[in-house]
Amino acid sequence: MYAHSSESLIKQAREIQESELLKFLSRLGKLLQGKELGHEAVDSLQRLHLILSATKYTRKLPPELHKRVKALLSSPTEQFQVLSSAVLRETVPPCGQEVNYNQDNVLQLNSHAAALLLSQAASRADLSSLCAQLLRGLESRPSEGSANSLTHTLPMLNAVLTLSPECLTEDHVTLLSKKLVDWLRYASINQGGGVPSGGFFTGPRSRQPVPTAELDGTVSGDFFTVLCVGQGFTEDQWMNVYSFSMLRHWLLTYHSVSIGNNTADTANRLQLSLSLSLSHSFSHGKTFRGPSLHCLVEAVCILDCVCGEDASLVYRTFPCIKALFGRLSSDLSFARVLLPIAQFYLNHGDMAAVDCECVWTLVFGRFPAELFNDQYLAHELLRFLRLNRESLQLRVPRYSHSFPNLLKFLAWDSPAVVDDFVDLLPSLVTAGTAVELLHTLLDLPCLSATLVLQVRSTCLPISESGGRGLLSLDAFRSQSFRGLFLFLLRGEAGSGDTIDRLSTLHELLAETADWPRVVHCAQTVPVLLHIFFNTVVAVADEKLLAHLVQVMLERSSLLLNIPKYNKEIQRVFSTHLLRLCKLHPSLVVDQSHELLEFAGATAKVYSKEEIYTHVVWVLGEYLSVSCDSRCSVRLITSCFETLEAVLFEITSSGPPPGADCPAPRVVTSLMSALAKLASRSHDLIPRVSLFLSKLRTVTRGGPVAWCSDEEDLVAIVTRGEELWSLLKAPGVAQSVLTPPPMVTTPQWHRDTNVAMPLRLRALTNLTHSQ
Amino acid sequence: MVRCFLIHTVCPVSALGSGESRVLYSRVFGPDEAAWSDRDRGLGPEERRLLQKEKISVVARQVRSAVSLSREASGRLTVETVSGEEALALQEADGGVARLRAGDPFSEETSALWLAVQSLGFALVCEPHENLLLAEGTLQNLTRHCLETLHLLGPGSEVLLRSHRIDALLSRLLPHGQLLFLNHRFAHSLEKDVAAYAAK
Repeated sequence: MYAHSSESLIKQAREIQESELLKFLSRLGKLLQGKELGHEAVDSLQRLHLILSATKYTRKLPPELHKRVKALLSSPTEQFQVLSSAVLRETVPPCGQEVNYNQDNVLQLNSHAAALLLSQAASRADLSSLCAQLLRGLESRPSEGSANSLTHTLPMLNAVLTLSPECLTEDHVTLLSKKLVDWLRYASINQGGGVPSGGFFTGPRSRQPVPTAELDGTVSGDFFTVLCVGQGFTEDQWMNVYSFSMLRHWLLTYHSVSIGNNTADTANRLQLSLSLSLSHSFSHGKTFRGPSLHCLVEAVCILDCVCGEDASLVYRTFPCIKALFGRLSSDLSFARVLLPIAQFYLNHGDMAAVDCECVWTLVFGRFPAELFNDQYLAHELLRFLRLNRESLQLRVPRYSHSFPNLLKFLAWDSPAVVDDFVDLLPSLVTAGTAVELLHTLLDLPCLSATLVLQVRSTCLPISESGGRGLLSLDAFRSQSFRGLFLFLLRGEAGSGDTIDRLSTLHELLAETADWPRVVHCAQTVPVLLHIFFNTVVAVADEKLLAHLVQVMLERSSLLLNIPKYNKEIQRVFSTHLLRLCKLHPSLVVDQSHELLEFAGATAKVYSKEEIYTHVVWVLGEYLSVSCDSRCSVRLITSCFETLEAVLFEITSSGPPPGADCPAPRVVTSLMSALAKLASRSHDLIPRVSLFLSKLRTVTRGGPVAWCSDEEDLVAIVTRGEELWSLLKAPGVAQSVLTPPPMVTTPQWHRDTNVAMPLRLRALTNLTHSQ
Repeated sequence: MVRCFLIHTVCPVSALGSGESRVLYSRVFGPDEAAWSDRDRGLGPEERRLLQKEKISVVARQVRSAVSLSREASGRLTVETVSGEEALALQEADGGVARLRAGDPFSEETSALWLAVQSLGFALVCEPHENLLLAEGTLQNLTRHCLETLHLLGPGSEVLLRSHRIDALLSRLLPHGQLLFLNHRFAHSLEKDVAAYAAK
């Protein structure tokens, strides 16, 4: 499909030699001088376009040639209009040939020439004068020849106001509003006559006018809409289509501009009756497909806009929207239409005092649970949540409890929606559900696997066997494990933080660890965990933080076994354990039992090195009276003994079979922690000193079984010697290893002894000219 | 409004690094936002064109990445189709929508809808508040036309040598980037016009 020939064409176009290019350009110039331009001219222009567009560096045309190509913009043959516009868009005009937006008569230009004009606009002034001319054209009646340019006026204006709405003056806005109303309300309801003789437009025929029809065949009612059909269309009917196509954008851009009471009133009534009629016909049993569905969505959005402007319209509109909801809500294939309806309920439901529960049950219940694999719905629903999260947090209590369902979108297609969840996750973190949310995030890859199994289960017949996924699929379908999977697939938070048989679940899903969806999902979890922890510190009290520390310790060895996943999660946990303990040092004393239990398990030195090191570190650092007055001598001694035992064990023999030597960092952390604890309870100092001197002796005797690298051993021993020397003077050791808060959070400018010299130095620096 | 439409590769290209994409056709609609953004005010027209090309490349790369991750996740084998089987190719196409954050690459947030037919991606970048259902339908329509008119399922290079046909198609179905609410009769009328252009 993508051929080697295309690659070489692009290469040729990029690397064309200057001489060859000049030859080609002069040949082209001569060609364009001819009277009749044929296929050769078309092909040559196309090649010129390829040469210009193949490189991002702009090539300029010789001025003569540029002029000739520009002249083709008004050629009667459309191919030349298209090609010249395309070529000129890929280059810059030579000096003296720049476009003058005030002089050129915009109304004579065809669509392709106008596109060039738009793309080259270099300032707001250019665009403003362009708009002024376009609107002048709309005001006057179009003559036969310029009929073509009229239809593209609206798309052009729409393009301008997308990027620069200030280019239209208030008068322009009023004028255009009036024209839009005209076309939307008063377009002819008669067909444009028989087969058009080329071009869009057919003049009025000398026949009986035949009315247009609705999509289902019935004759059109009061006024023409985009859903009316006919054999041919009149110009104002085309303008109706263009007007409707830009209507919502128009309303969104100029809602704050007062456009005069009369026009506003007419516009509003028109929009309302138009949209109501669309919705009305849909509520009464007509089928929706393609264009009608698009229009339905648009109509609801327009009504939402209009009611936002004029609250009095809400009472008339709501019954219609409600009826529409009633009609569509049972059929999930209309989910994309139901989202704008949900937005309408959110914006105006309070005003109309309508119960919105049924809407939220759909949006937070059925949509994520049953349509998690519809990527377009996911995009739109998550966007809806992003835009309205403050409103939802306030007015829809079930929002923050619906994360088990919402995360299904992420579990299914992480790369596409992780960005949305980075924005949404903070709003889903509440004190009441934080622990459950943490567990859910850690088990997202399991949810991912489960969703895949769920989809496969519905596709494959029960008797199907063999192939990948056999064990996990069987488990998914079996009664005995049903509860595990049902918990993962739950729709709402509140029924429990996690399940007891988590390790069983992980075993059952072991073979899913290399499934692409599971792997993609696992890659997004660390990011989300960072966001979770950053948000939760703001809403959590110490009790909750203590609970979270427990969860971190527990879950560090209870994760689905995906390569690198474990390591990444440990890294996140380590970072946040440090942060939490630094913010609330008394957490360590509070959770000392759990932390000691963790630190006392020698096996963790080998399998959970990262988090183990950090647990040891926080114990050493924060288990002191200055951090929490509840810290007793007994506690310090008990901690000391636990860590001492582990250190003895790992330095007295080689690692267990299958494991690597302990990382040097673990050994030094243990040694430092012991020294710190000893500096707070001086009875312990002799024990540490004894160990450290024994260590020095043993290592002098040659290599040791527990450290394979000589440099590492030297570093460990050096650290040991430093600590040993420090502990010889217990008072000094205490102030170094357990510094008072004043030292760790210096405020030098407040200290009477230190402040003066600092001030003097600052003043000197300021006043001395260097 | 649609900011741009592009056709680019979603298969590995030997001359490019992995993850890179060759842009075969691109069309940006409307005025260039760099012309008056505060940050880019000092740029001349050549620099602005360069900036625009880079933005298009960013879009192509993002879509390429989205396509390969989506195909990896769904695990479906790409069905090879030949000329004449455009409808089948479209049916088998992968589709999706990617969120492009503000600044990456356009100054405001945009949504990139994409369709991947074998080794080619078709992307429509539009404003996020746009009617995505309509945009989806328009993209499918455009893709079908491109596949047919340019014989993209065959080995030729018409996407490069007949790009003016795409321009003509866009000027009717997506004039200046405007998505149109076309019922089948209006659409039919425009398509007849497009066919007449291609026949000349």
